[in-house]
Amino acid sequence: MNDSHTSHDGTSHGSHKSYTVGLILSIALTLVAFGVVMLGKFSILATAITVIVTAVVQVLVQLILFMHLEFRTQQGRESGGFFVFTAVIIGLIVGGSLWIMHHLRLNLM
Amino acid sequence: MATDTIKQHDAHAHDGHEHHDAGAMKIFGFWIYLMSDLVIFGTLFATFGVLANATAGGPTSQEIFELPFVLVETFLLLISSFTFGLAVLAQNAGDRGAVLKWLAVTFLLGFGFVAMEVYEFHNLIAEGYGPDRSAFLSAFFTLVGTHGLHVTFGLIWIAIMFFQISKRGLDSVTKPRMLCLSLFWHFLDIVWICVFSFVYLIGAM
Repeated sequence: MNDSHTSHDGTSHGSHKSYTVGLILSIALTLVAFGVVMLGKFSILATAITVIVTAVVQVLVQLILFMHLEFRTQQGRESGGFFVFTAVIIGLIVGGSLWIMHHLRLNLM
Repeated sequence: MATDTIKQHDAHAHDGHEHHDAGAMKIFGFWIYLMSDLVIFGTLFATFGVLANATAGGPTSQEIFELPFVLVETFLLLISSFTFGLAVLAQNAGDRGAVLKWLAVTFLLGFGFVAMEVYEFHNLIAEGYGPDRSAFLSAFFTLVGTHGLHVTFGLIWIAIMFFQISKRGLDSVTKPRMLCLSLFWHFLDIVWICVFSFVYLIGAM
C-alpha cells in the first residue's frame, strides 16, 4: 500500500501488486460481462444492468490502479477533479442527447 | 559538439526541484489533453446511442457483432495495458532492458488488436455493410474507428519511444514522455471498456 504513493513529483507510481490486482479484476469483470450476454439466460434488464455495472467498476479499477487517479490538492494538481468535471460534461452530453432524441422519436410516432 | 556541451551545462544548472516540477507539469498537462479527448469520445458515444437503431433496412447490431472475436480483441488490449504498467515499473527501477522488452510486448499486443479491428472492418465492408449502408453503421465505424486510430497513433508513439530509450537511455527527457504514453495507453483501454460494453455487448443483446 504505502509504496504506491510515495513520490510527490508525479514521476513514480504503482507497484507490481497494484497492476496485478488491476489485471485480475479487469479480466474477471470482462468475463462476467461477456458471460451474461453470451449465455443469454437472464432477462434483458438483468443482463443490461450487469453489463453497465461491470463496465463502470472496470473503468474505476483501471483509473485507480492503472492510471493512478488522484484527488491530491497540494501543488494544485488534481487529476481527480478534472476527471469528475469531464465526467459531468460527458454525462450531460450523452444523457441529454439520448433524452432529447428519445422524446423527439416519441413525438414523431 | 560545443553547443551540445553548453546545453548540457544549462540543463544541469536548472536541476533539482524546478526540474521535477517540469516533468510533473507535463504529465498534468497531458492529463488535461486526455480529458478533452474523452469529451470527443463522449460525443461519439452519444451519436451512436441515438443512431443505434437507425438501420435503414440494413443489418442490425445483433446480426453483425461476433462476441468471441471482440472478447479476444479485449484481452489483447487489456493485457497490453498491464504490460505497459510493467514497463513503467521497470523504468522506476531504472532497468532499461526491461523497459524496452515490455514496450516491445505492448507494441505486439496493440498491433494484434489493430490488425483484428482492420480485419473486422474489412469483412463488414466486403459484405456491403460499410459506413455508407445506414446511420447505425456510420456511427459504429466513426466511434470504433476513432478508437482504432488512437491505438494506431499509440503504436507509432511506442515505436518512437522504443528507439529513443534505446538511444538516449532513461533520462529526464524520456521518463516524463514514457509516463505520458502510459497514461495515453491506459486511457485507450478505458475507452475500449466503454466500446465493448455499450456498443458490442448491449448491441448484441
